[in-house]
Amino acid sequence: MNGVHDMGGMDGFGKVEVEPNEPMFHSEWEARVLAMVRAMGAAGAFNIDASRFYRETLPPDIYLASSYYQKWLLGLEDLLIDKGYIAASEIAAGHAIEPAKPLKRGKFTVGDVERVMVRGKFGRNAPAPARFKPGDRVRAKNMHPATHTRLPRYTRGHVGVVERNLGCNVFPDSAAMEAGENPQWLYTVVFDGAELWGPDADPTVKISIDAFEPYLEGA
Amino acid sequence: MTEHDHHHHDHSELSETELRVRALETILTEKGYVDPAALDAIIQAYETKIGPHNGARVVAKAWSDPAFRQFLLEDASKAVGTLGHVSRVGDHLVAVENTPTRHNMVVCTLCSCYPWEMLGLPPVWYKAAPYRSRAVKDPRGVLADFGVSLPRETEIRVWDSTAETRFLVLPMRPEGTDGWNEPQLAELVTRDSMIGTGFPKRPGASS
Repeated sequence: MNGVHDMGGMDGFGKVEVEPNEPMFHSEWEARVLAMVRAMGAAGAFNIDASRFYRETLPPDIYLASSYYQKWLLGLEDLLIDKGYIAASEIAAGHAIEPAKPLKRGKFTVGDVERVMVRGKFGRNAPAPARFKPGDRVRAKNMHPATHTRLPRYTRGHVGVVERNLGCNVFPDSAAMEAGENPQWLYTVVFDGAELWGPDADPTVKISIDAFEPYLEGA
Repeated sequence: MTEHDHHHHDHSELSETELRVRALETILTEKGYVDPAALDAIIQAYETKIGPHNGARVVAKAWSDPAFRQFLLEDASKAVGTLGHVSRVGDHLVAVENTPTRHNMVVCTLCSCYPWEMLGLPPVWYKAAPYRSRAVKDPRGVLADFGVSLPRETEIRVWDSTAETRFLVLPMRPEGTDGWNEPQLAELVTRDSMIGTGFPKRPGASS
């Protein structure tokens, strides 16, 4: 979706503000939100792509005005409501009212914590040979799905060069919509700054994205 | 609308949020979805097991051991997997090396993708709009915000983390560190030097 989360190349957000000696969490509730997202994901309530999509679909004014973990909280609430694990009335009441919906992997307990701390594996067997190889010129498609995608707007329609084949991976555009993993080849594609930002761009800058094969066409 | 939205503005935004977080945790607990002790354990694991010390150890080894450096650049997941306690990195780590002619910088324009296992949880600025919006369009301007300037002719490569690949910048080893061992070298490796928004500390410089 062409959401406000897709920020690459936008102007007007100002300088990067670095907080010296920044703590891992600024309040205890931030840690609780992080833990709830990880736990409910690990218990099978949703996949990582769906959780990203629910943050992206927050209304733009809410997205921009909310802190990082506020976005996680709001996205988590919406996601759990939509998937039927909780009800809006329960959030309003502050306690459980409806019967629980069984979780794919059951209740999240202390024994499951180790699993959360190991990074997931996204590589999958390839259903077909890779269409592109390093050195190929490719164009990022001019595509604007209303649903989740990982092709940033600032690259669409532009030509880059395949640098690396990263293997066949879970396709977020499908997984986020619970339409299956639909594995796709993934490539690092490099763009010249001027290709993306015009002739006035810094000539020393190159930008790469990791692009799934359905995002690309030969150029 | 939840009832929280009807409160008057005598509460801070934070306390509104806190109430909401507590409510959600209560619901998830009462419905039997999560054990609150497991949430405590997740937080404790994040607070104790991950952090930039993991990445610093990898960088220091790459500076000291040419064969490991080569392995790291060819297959960072496997190379890091040989180091024991930082083996939780999974299959999708890529290390990118700074050289006198090329500087690497990592961003996630779409959200906040970051090599947690190597660097810990990302700082707020990494997840915020100014960095995410400008890193791909004006990386030199962003580096200036960090007080970093590069020679005009240095190539800058910005890596936008748009999939599950996670990028670790291998910074250049500081001058004046001949004969240093890995733990000494690791002390010089900063988090920002592994994102590409800073350099390692210089020997003898205060941190």
